[in-house]
Amino acid sequence: MLEIAIKGSKKYWIWLGLLLAVMTVAFVVYIDQFVNGLMITGMSRDVSWGFYIANFTYLVGVAAGGVMVVIPYYLHDYERFHRITILGEFLAVASLIMCLLFIVVDLGQPVRMLNVLLYPTPHSMLFWDMCVLNGYLFLNIVIGWKVLEAERNQVKPPAWTTPLIYLSIPFAIGIHTVTAYLYCGLPGRGFWLTAILAPRFLASAFAAGPSVLILLCYLIRKISKFDPGWEAIQTLSKIVCYALIANVFFFFCEVFVVFYSKIPGHMSHLQYLFAGLHGHNALVPWMWTSMILMFIGIALTVVPAFRSNKTLLPYTCAMIIIGTWIDKSLGMISGGFVPNPLHHVTEYAPTFKEMIISLGVFATGFFILTILFKLATTVKEEVRG
Amino acid sequence: MKKSRRSFLKAAGVTALGIGAAPAIKAVASSGSVAAPVKTKKAEALNAKRWGMVIDTNKLTDEVAENIVHACKKAHNVPDFDHEPDAEKYPDTQPVNKTQEIKWIWEEHFEHAFPDKEDEFLAEKFRHLPFLVTCNHCKNAPCVQACPTQATFKREDGIVLMDFHRCIGCRFCMAACPFGSRSFNFRDPRPFIEEINPDFPTRSKGVVEKCNLCAERLAKGQQPACAEVSEGAITVGDLEDPASKVRELLAENYAIRRKQELGTEPSVYYIM
Amino acid sequence: MSKNAIMAGLVVFVAMALLPFWYNIGGSSAAPEPELSEKAKAAQKCVLDKYDMRANHMSLLDEWRDSVVRDADRLYESTNGKTFQMSLSTGEESCLGCHTDKEKFCDKCHTYASVDPYCWECHTTPKEINQ
Repeated sequence: MLEIAIKGSKKYWIWLGLLLAVMTVAFVVYIDQFVNGLMITGMSRDVSWGFYIANFTYLVGVAAGGVMVVIPYYLHDYERFHRITILGEFLAVASLIMCLLFIVVDLGQPVRMLNVLLYPTPHSMLFWDMCVLNGYLFLNIVIGWKVLEAERNQVKPPAWTTPLIYLSIPFAIGIHTVTAYLYCGLPGRGFWLTAILAPRFLASAFAAGPSVLILLCYLIRKISKFDPGWEAIQTLSKIVCYALIANVFFFFCEVFVVFYSKIPGHMSHLQYLFAGLHGHNALVPWMWTSMILMFIGIALTVVPAFRSNKTLLPYTCAMIIIGTWIDKSLGMISGGFVPNPLHHVTEYAPTFKEMIISLGVFATGFFILTILFKLATTVKEEVRG
Repeated sequence: MKKSRRSFLKAAGVTALGIGAAPAIKAVASSGSVAAPVKTKKAEALNAKRWGMVIDTNKLTDEVAENIVHACKKAHNVPDFDHEPDAEKYPDTQPVNKTQEIKWIWEEHFEHAFPDKEDEFLAEKFRHLPFLVTCNHCKNAPCVQACPTQATFKREDGIVLMDFHRCIGCRFCMAACPFGSRSFNFRDPRPFIEEINPDFPTRSKGVVEKCNLCAERLAKGQQPACAEVSEGAITVGDLEDPASKVRELLAENYAIRRKQELGTEPSVYYIM
Repeated sequence: MSKNAIMAGLVVFVAMALLPFWYNIGGSSAAPEPELSEKAKAAQKCVLDKYDMRANHMSLLDEWRDSVVRDADRLYESTNGKTFQMSLSTGEESCLGCHTDKEKFCDKCHTYASVDPYCWECHTTPKEINQ
């Protein structure tokens, strides 16, 4: 099946070449980081996780969001998702590979990475995160590949894929739950120390993941002969709508608890993010932008006339993606570290080099995504044609 | 054809098993033939059931605090980002980012050492006293729980220790520590060490570090470096031993701990 | 057509695979002998016997660092009856306490074998400090 990937139009090759070029540049910058250490980043003693872990968190969400097509199709026989289920699974594969790469570039001693396997430590959430992320990646590769291959040969997928598909559903919930547990089980970080964190992560994931998928469906319709189907896109945008409302609702629950209880250790982080603390307010415009984008996103997906507007929908999705990205990546990670446990304020901003390396990881993800989507769309075209 | 492939696979499987089992059999066969080497502590080593520290804030002046910080840096090759690197030995050293500094024990004001006890009517003298903060060697250490490789671990005697050889630099422990006691080596620290102490290794870039309660000095029967130069302000001893000096101090004085409400059970006490 | 391409590809592959050999052509030399310091010669016995030490010193050091860091044991009584301080570079009874010259003892073979142990990123040698 992989032979499909090496037969493509000129544009296909130019796009892949472009991604490879970005990957190469980023790799050179990574060598700088590898040799000189994480000093090239904007991270500090106080804000010890930054852009890398922020993007990691967001992409875990995008990967988990894939389950929003898997559940309706496989559990409820929702036929309209038949065509896009494979896209959801392959999006999860590419996102998970980006997640793992973001973890690797964040490590101070990447060559010792396998110590996590050499000294397995069940009381560390990072150990479990590694287990579920790799497990979910493996499941999606196997399922996606086998189901697509079966479709190509116009036979039923092998029976053993069915239990794997069912297993992938709790895994999808699991990856984001465990990722939230990384943060919300830490006693000294008031911003993260809330039981709503995992549900909130899932809600924002189920808004962000399907939004990304809708954009990709538009793109596929434009550049290939395969049509994912307008009804499928409409259903996806309803899912986005409810998930986004849940995300904002959970956020307001948090805001209520924090400001009604007035516990300083919990208030200070939200104050920093939305109003600034002791004159430090780098993230304030970002956080309000995020809020506004998410509210516009809700308005434009709730009202049927806006939601079913074919021209408007991709813009709505782009707004939701940016809004949830700021909310979950930029704000969630920095917000937890500022102010620090001694109540000092050290602000964080990624450096240029840090952003180039991140861009390289994204390019790698898109490279894989392009190839996987190329396989999927070509097979679908073949079968229909 | 099919049959021969199956039998080949079987044979190959058995062979692989044999190869895998050989070292195990060898290990079992060889054990017991020679006397095993013995590993012990030094006779002069100081021992405790659970090490703890009591800081008498009345005895801590700015000068003493400064000496303590300096003694700790010297004992453990902690880099000082204010130190100008030797241009000959370390050419092309890039400029430092002060927010990436390394600290094991350092001075803080009351409202930062005890942010939860901030009080507008706090006695004036406490506002100006230096408070030394460091790793609390918590009984229930969140950093130990978070570490995915057991590079941070709790020793039997209560010291929370780092195995620099094993640390992968994920910095989960830094997020987990409620006291900000951990530092990450964002760069090679050596250019910023004024004078390298041969009795303790330096660190490599990419690992986390923190106070080790001078485990290397306790092993030699010496008091921790901070206690030694503290002019009586810092006492280190066994918290589980009712006859120890630290317990005596705690029995006679009112002492507080940082963020006690989190339940991590810090082993560092402050006499007020 | 494809036959030629395959042959050419194979030639390139073989050439690449043998790169280490091309690289070392003419540059081969006899394995060096580590030089023993006077002190080491006088001591006669190391932790393990010579050949065992040669083959397994890295596992021994690995074991030692776990014992020191994790179990707080610092002394090692060898099966030959001698006691050592389980330390690479601190004190008279450490490795470098006896094998005083790292360059002539450690580096000589390590350089020859192209191994670059990261011990020295952190552990110091007295010589290096005084430089």
